[in-house]
Amino acid sequence: MNMSFLLNGKSVSVAPKTGSETLLDYLRLEADLCGTKEGCNEGDCGACTVIVTGQDGVSRPMNACILFLPQLQGCSVRTVEGLPGPDGALHPVQQAMITHHGAQCGFCTPGFVTTMAAAHATGETDFDAALAGNLCRCTGYAPIIRAAQAAAQAAVPSWMAERPEAPALQSRDDIFCPRSSDELAQWYARNPEATLIAGGTDVGLWVTKKMQELGPIAFVSHAEDLRQIHDEKDSLRIGAAVTITNLMQAIRPISASLHQLLRRYGSPQVRNAATIGGNIANGSPIGDGSPALIAMGARLVLRRADERRTVNLEDFFIAYQQQDRRLGEFVESIELPKAQDRLRCYKLSKRFDQDISAVCGCFNLEQEAGVITQARIAFGGMAATPARARKTEAALCGQPWSLETFHQAKSAMAEDFTPLSDMRASAGYRAQAAGNMLVRYFHDLQETPVNIREVHP
Amino acid sequence: MSAAASLPHDAARQHVSGSARYVDDIPTPQGTLHLAFGLSSCAAGQIRSVDLSAVRACPGVHLVLEAKDLPYANDVSPSAHDEPLLADGHVHYAGQPIFLVVAESHHLARRATRLAKVEITAEPAILTIEQALTAESRFEDGPRIYTKGTPQSAMKGAIHRLQGQINLGGQEHFYLEGQAALALPGDHGDMVIHSSTQHPTEIQHKVAEALNIAQHAVRVEVRRMGGGFGGKESQGNALAVACALAASFTGRPCKMRYDRDDDFIITGKRHDCRIDYDVGFDDSGRVQTLEFAHYFRCGWALDLSLPVADRAMLHADNAYDLPHVKITSHRLKTNTQSATAFRGFGGPQGMVGIERVMDHIAHSLSCDPAEVRRRNYYPEMSSKPAARPSVTPYQMEVTDFILGDMTESLLQRCDYHARKVEVARWNASHALLKRGIAFSPVKFGISFTLTHLNQAGALVQIYTDGSVLINHGGTEMGQGLFQKLTQVAARSLGAQQAVIRASATDTSKVPNTSATAASSGADLNGMAVQAACDTLIGRLKDHVAAQHGVKPEEITFAEGQVTAPGLVLTWQEVIASAYEARISLSATGFYKTPEIAWDRIKGAGQPFLYFAYGAAVTEVVIDTLTGENRILRCDILHDCGASLNPALDVGQIEGGFVQGAGWLTTEELVWDASGQLKTHAPSTYKIPACSDRPEIFNVDLWPGQNAQKTIYRSKAVGEPPFMHGISAFLALSNAVAACGPHYPDLQAPANSEEVFNAVARARGSAS
Repeated sequence: MNMSFLLNGKSVSVAPKTGSETLLDYLRLEADLCGTKEGCNEGDCGACTVIVTGQDGVSRPMNACILFLPQLQGCSVRTVEGLPGPDGALHPVQQAMITHHGAQCGFCTPGFVTTMAAAHATGETDFDAALAGNLCRCTGYAPIIRAAQAAAQAAVPSWMAERPEAPALQSRDDIFCPRSSDELAQWYARNPEATLIAGGTDVGLWVTKKMQELGPIAFVSHAEDLRQIHDEKDSLRIGAAVTITNLMQAIRPISASLHQLLRRYGSPQVRNAATIGGNIANGSPIGDGSPALIAMGARLVLRRADERRTVNLEDFFIAYQQQDRRLGEFVESIELPKAQDRLRCYKLSKRFDQDISAVCGCFNLEQEAGVITQARIAFGGMAATPARARKTEAALCGQPWSLETFHQAKSAMAEDFTPLSDMRASAGYRAQAAGNMLVRYFHDLQETPVNIREVHP
Repeated sequence: MSAAASLPHDAARQHVSGSARYVDDIPTPQGTLHLAFGLSSCAAGQIRSVDLSAVRACPGVHLVLEAKDLPYANDVSPSAHDEPLLADGHVHYAGQPIFLVVAESHHLARRATRLAKVEITAEPAILTIEQALTAESRFEDGPRIYTKGTPQSAMKGAIHRLQGQINLGGQEHFYLEGQAALALPGDHGDMVIHSSTQHPTEIQHKVAEALNIAQHAVRVEVRRMGGGFGGKESQGNALAVACALAASFTGRPCKMRYDRDDDFIITGKRHDCRIDYDVGFDDSGRVQTLEFAHYFRCGWALDLSLPVADRAMLHADNAYDLPHVKITSHRLKTNTQSATAFRGFGGPQGMVGIERVMDHIAHSLSCDPAEVRRRNYYPEMSSKPAARPSVTPYQMEVTDFILGDMTESLLQRCDYHARKVEVARWNASHALLKRGIAFSPVKFGISFTLTHLNQAGALVQIYTDGSVLINHGGTEMGQGLFQKLTQVAARSLGAQQAVIRASATDTSKVPNTSATAASSGADLNGMAVQAACDTLIGRLKDHVAAQHGVKPEEITFAEGQVTAPGLVLTWQEVIASAYEARISLSATGFYKTPEIAWDRIKGAGQPFLYFAYGAAVTEVVIDTLTGENRILRCDILHDCGASLNPALDVGQIEGGFVQGAGWLTTEELVWDASGQLKTHAPSTYKIPACSDRPEIFNVDLWPGQNAQKTIYRSKAVGEPPFMHGISAFLALSNAVAACGPHYPDLQAPANSEEVFNAVARARGSAS
């Protein structure tokens, strides 16, 4: 099987052996493009950032270290070596990085300039958000931001235009690239032990860190219909392979709070790869998608061959690393109610950006005439699965909308959860902070300032 | 102000183009083999058996080595020969290399290591400071003690007394480029090593010992590192020696780089420590007497722990004239990674100790903390009438103190007093969120405390086209040393900047170099480069004088032009004619730091040539419900003397602050009860990200020059700005203090959880 993609404007053909070969290894070991660096090999530092342009023509930064070659079919890839023009003229962000002393040791720099060039191409100017996935240990970021700002007004160089080829999707029975969910369903029914890869931001680490061999793989994001979001009046039907980046756009008009939470999901590089279906199916107790979706009343559509069933998202999670997913069954889509004015999502982590939650609390309470009528509260990081705080919900319902009610309901939370201590937080802190998030929710809806990010010098 | 130019880093274009090569980017000859270590999963114990049959049988594996296979020295220690490359009988920490796999690819080598069956009989591991103290597990016979005055008896006369304790976490360097080395075997058993190291000479020595060959048979080259921060002062030895051994065994080039998780698990970090204090002070906050006890967790091997802990003691005073003081330092041996050099080299820990004391005093007296600090300052250099210089706790006179003037200037330019009022007003009207603001100064001693390391050599070569190649003992890790030294050479030679280039650091060009460490790179190597340039200019002037009948002292070399009365020549013309006249166009230069003398056992002498100064004000906001926090603004005024390159110096200051603030806030190393490091990747160990830098970030250079005759009167800048991060920690303490009447007793790292706990302490509601 030979598969092709565009690399710095030229078509390249590769023949993966297992399908788990990463783009980073290909660039550094086979294509002699050593500008792209390996900093962590797990998608957390951004040193390996390349620009990937898909069929939609949008250029996005992605981490080459956890990007498998079959994912790239039909895409164009631009590395740092591809940023200068044909005559060697530097891209405006490269020139600005020189002028503003944005590189010191230079090792993170190729990743920064590619991320900056991708942001430059789309006109993005929220550089803290755009560069959240690139770590620098030397500069303290200030000169990099100055460079990004200085380059923002420059025109996008003509040589940055990408024209990815229409995908002549190559597939093999053990490296399967389905065109549709129907194709996937049939294949997966035949290969129920196979590994499904959407964005690969989790499975990537099975390969790069655990050095696992994956066996047969389906690269599900090639299935067009799994990448669609359908607006169904009162709800959205979100394909499982919708990336977090694309989900953010759909969520923005529905919930600013969830949009803000997703803005902290991984990094731009991770969000451009990771999918909402993968985030759910992975079953992590600390994934940020599930608590929010549970608090919103999301339902999951599961499919095996031609058989479909729908479950409440909270019921999908049975126990640690155990989900209500049968052999050969996969997450096909998520049904998400749209009325979410009162949803608030709070993420607690050591670092604001690109960190995994110690506690992620999502609150959605209705009140009528000063009395709480409905409560959906869900947490990540507090139990072996994402879970609803049912006792807390019960303690709130029927009570007056008052600070006292919320303080009292905190004690019910001790019955809902017995969190663990780990390297992210102690059990006691998790429990207290989770309770205080409930209090914060009250203040937040009263429009009392609760967000340190909204305090400015 | 300095006339030195803010030119870009010499490799800036290569950096942004991806063409700057690091060790792992160097094209390797065909047949290059790749290495990986098999690591101990046990923190302490005896190795019962090592079954490597499955490893050896793995396709693509060429060689597997254990301690017993090593022909000569099994040691990669920078100091005490107590650090075997491969564990010999015992393991001393979880992560210690036990065996070495040599295979056809990096991935194959890593995968093969997992096939080993190693049986270890575990022994009780000493992991914490408390366990080490109980077990009397320490380096050196007992604690080091420096004393000035009579601290114990002075306590009887103290008006107020406070006691306290602060725990400081360690810090992972997180250089973006992990450790890496490449060994190329040559003729006569010679070995060429490319290493990502701050200390090529030590790599040369350790490789020579391991192969039992002379030092002249080992050449180490370092073009650049992708960050070092002290983490590549000694930690690269293991990889370079492993590669050299494997290359020697196989006759093939061998390369090794650590996967990031391995890098975390194997290598040393900043020392974590506990500092106890007992201070007596008067009503104005002036310290009357002070006793510190430092407890440093050094890990399993000595590495550089003694000079690190010494430097902590040497900065226990920071900017303050302490009349009576005793500093006791315990260097504890534990079954953890061997803690190593990290920017500041113990200085930051020592400095946090005294800044904590100042904060505590100010809180107890309800005084402005900046004012309390100023009352304790050393006498100002510029004070009139001239004050008698005071001495440090280690008996060195402080003659260049400028923090009084710098502090006044900084507090004014950042509007400290008005903002303090505004913060208090804001806090009075906000129940959930609180702001805090804090000032902290830095006085950092410059020189290696091991006096003989304060030497440097350079080799400057002029070619017949007028181009100049400079080589020196310093290494480039991003700090812009090469750029600064090309500027020194251009200025010293009067040549145009464009004709000067710095070559990769190479032990065959400049021998016997010291590590690029202790902020000394530009100070030492700059003077050596200048000395070489002066020699060359002397020869060139004699030549021009003889050729054109002018006096040597009438000749000026400037900006590529050579002028004398009635004479204008270009640099290139002079060089071409000097060559034809058979003038030597290459010269070495040498420099040794004058005046310093130090007895580390007595704790007396002049360990430093001078001090670098700086001051910072930082403002933060915290969320009392969760302890979440962020830095809002930082203003820094820093003393680089007459800066060699203001842009590069500002870069060091900005980067230093963010790294220092990271150490004291989000960066937390967590070991579990069995001694396994649980934070071994950027997914769990959180260095500051882009949005963590201050929203307003003002950095200014103090317009002064070094009182000492350093290279163009500049000052060292690598480490001192790191300690401006302390102001962020103090600002958090200040914000927490707004929550209640009690002292917050903030511990480091002050991450969200710690700030949350401190809020409870301030309120008196801690459980």
